[in-house]
Amino acid sequence: MTATVPNSMTNSKAVAAATATGTAQDAARLAAPTPGVGSPGAHAAVGSMSIDNVSCFYGSHLAVADVSLEIPGRAVTAFIGPSGCGKSTLLRAINRMHEVIPGAKAVGSIKLDGVDLYTKGIDPVSVRSKVGMVFQKPNPFPAMSIKDNVLAGLIIRGARPRGSAADELVERCLTRAHLWDEVKDRLKKSGDSLSGGQQQRLCIARAIAVQPDVVLMDEPCSALDPISTLAIEELMRDLARDYTVVVVTHNMAQANRISDVTAFFSLASAGQPGRLVEAGLTTDIFSAPKVTATRDYIDGRFG
Amino acid sequence: MSVSALDLAQGAGRAPVGGPAGGATPGERGFAGAMKGAAIAVALVLVGVLIFLAVRGGPAFFAGAADLPAHAGNFLSLAAPLAFGSLWVAVIALAVASLPSIGVALAATIYAPSARFGRLLGAVLDLLAAVPSVVFGLWGLMVLAPAMVPLYDWAHQHLGWLPFFAGQPSVTGRTVLTAGLVVAVMILPIMAAMCRESFALTPPALMEAAYALGATRWEMVRTAVLPVARSGIVAGGMLGLGRALGETMAVAMVLSATPGLISVNVISAENPSTIAAFIASTFPESTGSKVSALIALGLVLFAISLVVSILGRRFAKTGVAK
Repeated sequence: MTATVPNSMTNSKAVAAATATGTAQDAARLAAPTPGVGSPGAHAAVGSMSIDNVSCFYGSHLAVADVSLEIPGRAVTAFIGPSGCGKSTLLRAINRMHEVIPGAKAVGSIKLDGVDLYTKGIDPVSVRSKVGMVFQKPNPFPAMSIKDNVLAGLIIRGARPRGSAADELVERCLTRAHLWDEVKDRLKKSGDSLSGGQQQRLCIARAIAVQPDVVLMDEPCSALDPISTLAIEELMRDLARDYTVVVVTHNMAQANRISDVTAFFSLASAGQPGRLVEAGLTTDIFSAPKVTATRDYIDGRFG
Repeated sequence: MSVSALDLAQGAGRAPVGGPAGGATPGERGFAGAMKGAAIAVALVLVGVLIFLAVRGGPAFFAGAADLPAHAGNFLSLAAPLAFGSLWVAVIALAVASLPSIGVALAATIYAPSARFGRLLGAVLDLLAAVPSVVFGLWGLMVLAPAMVPLYDWAHQHLGWLPFFAGQPSVTGRTVLTAGLVVAVMILPIMAAMCRESFALTPPALMEAAYALGATRWEMVRTAVLPVARSGIVAGGMLGLGRALGETMAVAMVLSATPGLISVNVISAENPSTIAAFIASTFPESTGSKVSALIALGLVLFAISLVVSILGRRFAKTGVAK
């Protein structure tokens, strides 16, 4: 079949994805630079990622089998699917956090702007400073102030900025994370003193302070109330102007609202490895999924 | 100790929250009574010890030269050098044992290549804690002390300008530093165990947060593990210090002591003694008023340990950022 772009599509959604089950046209649409996406004058590297034949293991247990997927730069890609389908595992494989768990490993290739992050000689530590991550539960450092939490990525490396440079960076990142106005008068307070939604935005500010190309988010709203969730959703759309955003979510409506590209994962039965079922433009996936399993999941007729 | 025991007793006396209406069952009342009794017994033992120390040791605080051991003119001139010696040996032991105990604890938790290795290292540490004090004394006396002599000579030659290494070094090696090293080995297991426990409690979410920001393992430890474990590390240090202050046998065997001396020299043949070691070595040949002087020294050691433990609690509390 031929994928068509609906006329109603806005610029922000004019991003294409090639899919595991997709066609050559899809790939061509992705490869062509898309006008209106990304900030003006952006460098050639836009943070697009290409996942090729990636499988993830916990010990000898195969958790994710043979996923191939294109993730467009400067756009929001959503991973959806039932629990245990490996979407979080794959997300963690993208910045090589998966292998932090003892016995866990991933094979295959994940390229960021053409550079394979799984080549020999690539330091996982450097991968993680290019591909940041926000977790399900907000996790600010409790022994650090709000300000130091934003600077944590630099402090960790012994590169703590001083004086006005630090102040500017903190203000810029907190503003970018839609948190500045709420915390500007108590930057010295512990990050623990904030509400859950504020803590999550603090963690986003912390992630972007090290200037990554990609921000991964693992169910960033699942521990938050609806109002905080709305704030994070707005923020994710906003972040996609400068960063490639990949978000794992259980919330179909959320995936539909915020993402440009959706990838649906599933598993045959419990204990079986998770697989990519279908990926494509979010509008396509939600209006005209090619695979019955995708339609059933989206419509809530699961199982 | 006594305060928390009394709290417990009061708590046990309250009606159980959410319990069945109409009062407690006989079993519950019996259990609560037993708990209350145990709590009161602990408090009574503590008070009893204090009364014994005060009544039997009290007169020694005002005793003259005739009633005191070691040719001391008054109680202060007897107790002060010994208190100094106790603190000096304990501080040396704490200083020596601190970094290794944190290092071993990290190796058993964060850096352990497998959970099995971590458990094995923990078991070895627990075994070290099970070695009797007198065995450490023998080892310090017969193995460590002679082995340290060349090192002391070297320290005197090259670092002699420091007050710690001034003067003629001991030819037997039975110095304050050797005693401090032996005690360091003895307090290492308890300090490492405390550190290990607090490191193992680091929230995984914080470790992941640090890794996700591009931290190496050591950078992760510095950012996520150590700040959160700070109060545990301090508490371990205080436990170690408490044990070092009270250590008797090993110090009495290793140290070649000169009671009445106050000196920061750690390699000399003339060393200040510690309260615990002095009591142990002097008691067999003491009678009457001299025994009460030793009991009074015990009271002084008790007071020092109490102050250390209170300070430790305060440090441990302020260590937690809020």
